Amino acid sequence: MALLQIAEPGASPDPHTRRHAVGIDLGTTHSLVAAVRNGIVECLPDADGEVILPSAVRYLAGGGARIGASALRDAASDPHNTIVSVKRLMGRGLGDVAAADRLPYDFVDDGGSGMVRLRTVAGVKSPVEISAEILATLRQRAEDTFADDLFGAVVTVPAYFDDGQRQATKDAAELAGLHVLRLISEPTAAAIAYGLDNAAEGLYAVYDLGGGTFDISLLQMTRGVFEVMATGGDSALGGDDIDAALADWILGRVGLDASGPHDRRAALVAAREAKEALSTADEAAFECEIDGRTVSRAVSRSELESVARPFIDRTVAAVRQVLRDARVANDVVDGVVLVGGSTRMPLVRRAVREAFGREPLTNLDPDQVVALGAARQADALAGNQGGGDLLLLDVTALSLGIETMGGLVERIIPRNSPIPAMKAQDFTTFQDGQTAMAIHVIQGERDLVADCRSLARFDLRGIPPLVAGAARIRVTFSVDADGLLGVSAREETSGVEASVAVKPSYGLSDDEVAAMLGDSFRAADGDMAERSLREAQVDADRLRSATETALSDDGALLDDEQRRTIERQLEQLGTVRAGTDRVAIEAAVKALASATEGFAAERMNRGIRRALAGRRIEDL
Amino acid sequence: MRLRRIVSRLESDDFELFGLPRRFQLERGDLDARRRNLQAEVHPDRFAASDSSARRVAMQWAARVNEAYARLKNPLQRAAYLCELHGVPIDAEDNTAMPADFLMQQMQWRESLDDADGRSAVEAVLTTLEAHRAAAYRRLQALLDQSRDFAAAAHEVRALMFVERFAADVDDRLAAAGG
Repeated sequence: MALLQIAEPGASPDPHTRRHAVGIDLGTTHSLVAAVRNGIVECLPDADGEVILPSAVRYLAGGGARIGASALRDAASDPHNTIVSVKRLMGRGLGDVAAADRLPYDFVDDGGSGMVRLRTVAGVKSPVEISAEILATLRQRAEDTFADDLFGAVVTVPAYFDDGQRQATKDAAELAGLHVLRLISEPTAAAIAYGLDNAAEGLYAVYDLGGGTFDISLLQMTRGVFEVMATGGDSALGGDDIDAALADWILGRVGLDASGPHDRRAALVAAREAKEALSTADEAAFECEIDGRTVSRAVSRSELESVARPFIDRTVAAVRQVLRDARVANDVVDGVVLVGGSTRMPLVRRAVREAFGREPLTNLDPDQVVALGAARQADALAGNQGGGDLLLLDVTALSLGIETMGGLVERIIPRNSPIPAMKAQDFTTFQDGQTAMAIHVIQGERDLVADCRSLARFDLRGIPPLVAGAARIRVTFSVDADGLLGVSAREETSGVEASVAVKPSYGLSDDEVAAMLGDSFRAADGDMAERSLREAQVDADRLRSATETALSDDGALLDDEQRRTIERQLEQLGTVRAGTDRVAIEAAVKALASATEGFAAERMNRGIRRALAGRRIEDL
Repeated sequence: MRLRRIVSRLESDDFELFGLPRRFQLERGDLDARRRNLQAEVHPDRFAASDSSARRVAMQWAARVNEAYARLKNPLQRAAYLCELHGVPIDAEDNTAMPADFLMQQMQWRESLDDADGRSAVEAVLTTLEAHRAAAYRRLQALLDQSRDFAAAAHEVRALMFVERFAADVDDRLAAAGG
């Protein structure tokens, strides 16, 4: 059911105006922004007509930064200040960045706690800030294209991204001034683009090997419904690894070692160029300057394939695991979609053909398909007409658990559970008068806490002092539609809400994000106050139009008094919206939101009844 | 008053939520279609342009539909749930005593799996197991849907929990054997 927008004259946005919502593929090697325009989904080009933005950021000495192709050109000459593949650092601690010593960056060593940070001429930068530079560039591109503000964005993440990596991505988008409508998984986005364009029905596999991440997802497609059956992968496996292995192998052959950051970057660039050439040629040249000497060697495709083989074998093992998790044999899969630049390698295509016993589908652009799918989803989420029938039912790729006695993991929400998911768990106190309790949340498939990812530590406080074992604390864990974790707690015997203090293991605290928001991005956008007012107004418009829609669709559910209360708040919001008092607008938004709480629940009930009634009619 | 009705809907049992009779037998395609219809109404994506209270309510409903779907989809969980709804909890931890002949058979199966050498031998164990499992589910269905003997059904559920655990081990062995 598409949302119908009802406008009062001169009050709401014009009903014929489409909301500009974009899909953004924030990739390891390159990023894209796409949108549905005039019913057609397309990637938006920059002023030079390029749709691909290399995911490279170069910080400059006098402040400011270069983003994209111009930054990438300087990667070898200015390696410390030119960050590429920053996605691999998102939501990671220094300790778990694979081969950090092989990366040409100046990492800040803060004793291994928290997310990695890099020292640049423009100061110490977190991966969130660096990613935000890329996202802000894409946002600007989209706003220039539409000559208007954006309603919101769908940003894609690898299916196998954990909570810390997803949260970091969302933080980066918000830092870049984007309203995040949803984070969706890259293979799911690809399936939407492929499925809608080809009217595909049945069970499809999406094999997504990008620059730094690998995902494999199985989806059931049924008339606009995309239902993920199982997903798996590796968030630290991609074309970058093959480049590094090829560079090391060739340098070993010629008896050289590229240890300095300049040499290292030059060798990686040369390896990548040779690898890409070998997708079509049988032989290519590896050429670069190492230590002031020109290194030149011919590489054959079979040499590349023997270097790449172990990485591809890991992807095939993940494919088998996902088929097992979904309890399906490889021969019932109706089609295999390839996504990601690395799937251009003939070796990958052979491995996929063997694993599924069928020829993979290659009639789509593996670089663009993720952004295109995200744009279709963004259009649907924005409530634009024509997009309303799309329904995406995704799963969580990683099990969520808590630490129990002896460093063991107790699984609470198993992997491949459909999201959103909620699960309540009861805890009790083990000491008389105990008023606080610590809970350690982890993500991963192993039995020992030490082998999984630490997500966060929660301190529950405000438990009423009772004898040991008498308190019953119900902790509710949730994974929302973005795949993000939430926790709430309540002491059941007294009804006291325990407060939950979150310390994300590798993320940024809310304070840090707030501090960054006050930084360069917004400053560059002009007057800070002006910007905040504009945002409050956009929020107000969004809520007013949603409420008006709800009233016109389901107003009959309300009695006269309830309706009057909502209408009064709506009017109040309309009045302050016309003014420039940000605080008053925010207060009116809050008041209207709380006035509609019961109405929202009642509408949901009606929806459920409608869904069941519709079903019964079909049965007849 | 409205509020109380809302709460009772969110807390209605899985069968009510899906508009299904309280029966063990169900058609998987029908269950899947009902789940899609329900999610089409309540999924948070349907409320992305709405206010935060609507989004929060949607999240609760969508999670509730997913939870009920997972339970109804799995025959053993569905059977256990029916027993509980009829006042016979399974309490697997407190009811570990099983008949001697059942335990004997379990031991024989375990031995035959330990002795199984190679893929085809493991597959032979699986064939025996599957025949047994299918018969057990037929008995369970008769107990739940015809004679409505929930105490006897709970016994069958506990026995099937052993059988399913063993089936998972056989499955692991097959995966390890490749293919």
